[in-house]
Amino acid sequence: MDFALNDVQRQLQREVRGFLAANYPLDRDWDAPQDDRWQELAELGWLGGADLTFVEETLLFEETGYALYPGPFLGTVGFALPSLGDVDREAVAAGEMKWSAESRGLVPWLDSVDMVVDSDGHAQPARGEMLASVDPSRPLGRLERTNGTPLPGPRYDARSRAAMAAEAVGVAQRALELGVEYANTREQFGKKIGVYQAVSHELANTYTDIELARSLTYWAAWCVAEADEQAAIAAAAAKAFASEAAVAACERSIQVHGGIGFTWEHPLHRFYKRALWLEGFGKRPSELRAEIADALLGIAVTA
Amino acid sequence: MDLRDDTAEAAFRAELRSWLDTNLPEDRRGWRGGEQRFGDEFGRQWSHKLHEAGYAGLTWPKEYGGAGAPYSFQAIFYEEMARVQAPAHVGVIGLGMAGPTIMAHGSDAQKRDHLARILSADEIWCQGFSEPDAGSDLAAARTRAERRGEVYVVNGQKVWSSFAHIADFCILVTQEFPDRPRYKNLTYLLVDMHSPGVEVRPLRQITGEAEFNEIFFTDVEVPVSNRLGEEGEGWQVAMTTLLHERATLGFALTAALEIGVNRLLETAREHANGDDGTRERVAAEWIELQALRYTNYRALGTYQHTGVPGPEGSAIKLRWSEQNQRLTKLGRELLGPEGIVDDGWWQYQQLRSRGNTIEAGSSEVLRNIVAERVLGLPRSR
Repeated sequence: MDFALNDVQRQLQREVRGFLAANYPLDRDWDAPQDDRWQELAELGWLGGADLTFVEETLLFEETGYALYPGPFLGTVGFALPSLGDVDREAVAAGEMKWSAESRGLVPWLDSVDMVVDSDGHAQPARGEMLASVDPSRPLGRLERTNGTPLPGPRYDARSRAAMAAEAVGVAQRALELGVEYANTREQFGKKIGVYQAVSHELANTYTDIELARSLTYWAAWCVAEADEQAAIAAAAAKAFASEAAVAACERSIQVHGGIGFTWEHPLHRFYKRALWLEGFGKRPSELRAEIADALLGIAVTA
Repeated sequence: MDLRDDTAEAAFRAELRSWLDTNLPEDRRGWRGGEQRFGDEFGRQWSHKLHEAGYAGLTWPKEYGGAGAPYSFQAIFYEEMARVQAPAHVGVIGLGMAGPTIMAHGSDAQKRDHLARILSADEIWCQGFSEPDAGSDLAAARTRAERRGEVYVVNGQKVWSSFAHIADFCILVTQEFPDRPRYKNLTYLLVDMHSPGVEVRPLRQITGEAEFNEIFFTDVEVPVSNRLGEEGEGWQVAMTTLLHERATLGFALTAALEIGVNRLLETAREHANGDDGTRERVAAEWIELQALRYTNYRALGTYQHTGVPGPEGSAIKLRWSEQNQRLTKLGRELLGPEGIVDDGWWQYQQLRSRGNTIEAGSSEVLRNIVAERVLGLPRSR
């Protein structure tokens, strides 16, 4: 029984954090097109080349959330990879192919990936109509369907959900850090606003939310990596809890920031929009809880 | 990262499970109200048995009579005890608070006199920290200790002291130097509860039972050799006690919560089949239980690597107490019109849960701890 990260995993965490911080700083030009540095990801082995376990990939998703990484890493590695055959996997690992997956009629990154795993588990060329996404850094489209090509691997909801939960934890962590930093510098009535418990206790609430969300996410990640029988319920729990925690973390942080947190200029709204996207893509928290209730209580019989 | 038991853990779990099957009487399984948990004759006998089987002080070092086991064994112990709803060792304050504090600050004589007797439940301990005018603000304690030669003369009143009515000793925080600055004015004493001048009165609480006590000290003489740590350093010693309280608390709390959540699921199966909103709220409580469980495991990892409990303990206690309040409220709600009938379980649990956000560090204090020590926000006081 050991739920701590090992040295290799902590080292990986530091590497990813460093790479993303250097290339996607908070003061970047957010409204300009973003380079996804896909080839560099391939060289670092993060697209399958390094044979990472899903627990380690989960640490990467946490960091892509923390940095608001713009490319289809979640779509390719988090959503599509388990469905693919060896040839496609090799192409992905080499950085030659980007993938996404369809869920409930929506496909993220439809305009920037090559292929899509559709809702029947078939491969489809990425073509279709683009929609306005709640998070502009994570575009959405509707697939123009062809017959598609069957894929060897299964669609794997648990894995996708655990990956989204991890991104949400990263988003929440960043929103918390921004809030803490602001509360430690901004002064009103002659004191740092973090002195006021109406401010500090809200940030403490975010901290406890994140600790719990991270625990559920790592649990789900371990279950997915080990093909444990609890993988489905753990991943549903993690996505429901972590995505709500991320939304709440951003909302509290915006409140703590006061007026500046409500501006376009401040990056907080970017994190908020990513949190809202994660909460809504696939199943929403309330739907996931209904799924869990069915598992715990038996399927509801409506009178 | 591996959530499975390793070979030694699996063996320990199997052995404990079979020991409980053999030794725990059928009529002692299941829920006990607060009063019954505190000191009937069975409680002492059961505690002796746990000790003889080697289950008391699992993580205590071998030199002090413990098992010297890794912290994961303590976690397994709580899980298995909760699984059969077994009564706890009555010496929880000795095992979790007084014992570790004596190990950290005690003289050789104090270690020799108390540690073995705590393990065997021959000495039951209680805690004398809170006072009517010093709850969260422990440094404002007014119970006076005046040094007269080789004794301290203690006068004052403590409150919210569980086990005091059966306790043999008390870990007592006293004010020795009222003129010195805060945090340098307290002295920590080990007080024999059978001394002349100690009076214990049960404190009836909102559940109707008396789980806690008030303790009155009138000219109680305590030998100077019973002081723990240096004079005026009681605050620092008390912090060791509280650190250990929260370190070992998480698994015990989660184990208790699991019993509540299982009961909630049973009640929901009977009462909430068609109501989607309620079903979702039940699922949310199950999710939060898992979140706390795995946060405990993560905290355990930190503890095992550093030997010092991290501040996560404050977050766990905070969330646990609020969840228990929410869940007991939901349990009663599930009963519908029958919810106003005292069913003996949800009635008691809901009322008792109101104390959870007050005892062992109020939620307000715990949020301050998280804000200041974990997040690095400025001090609010």
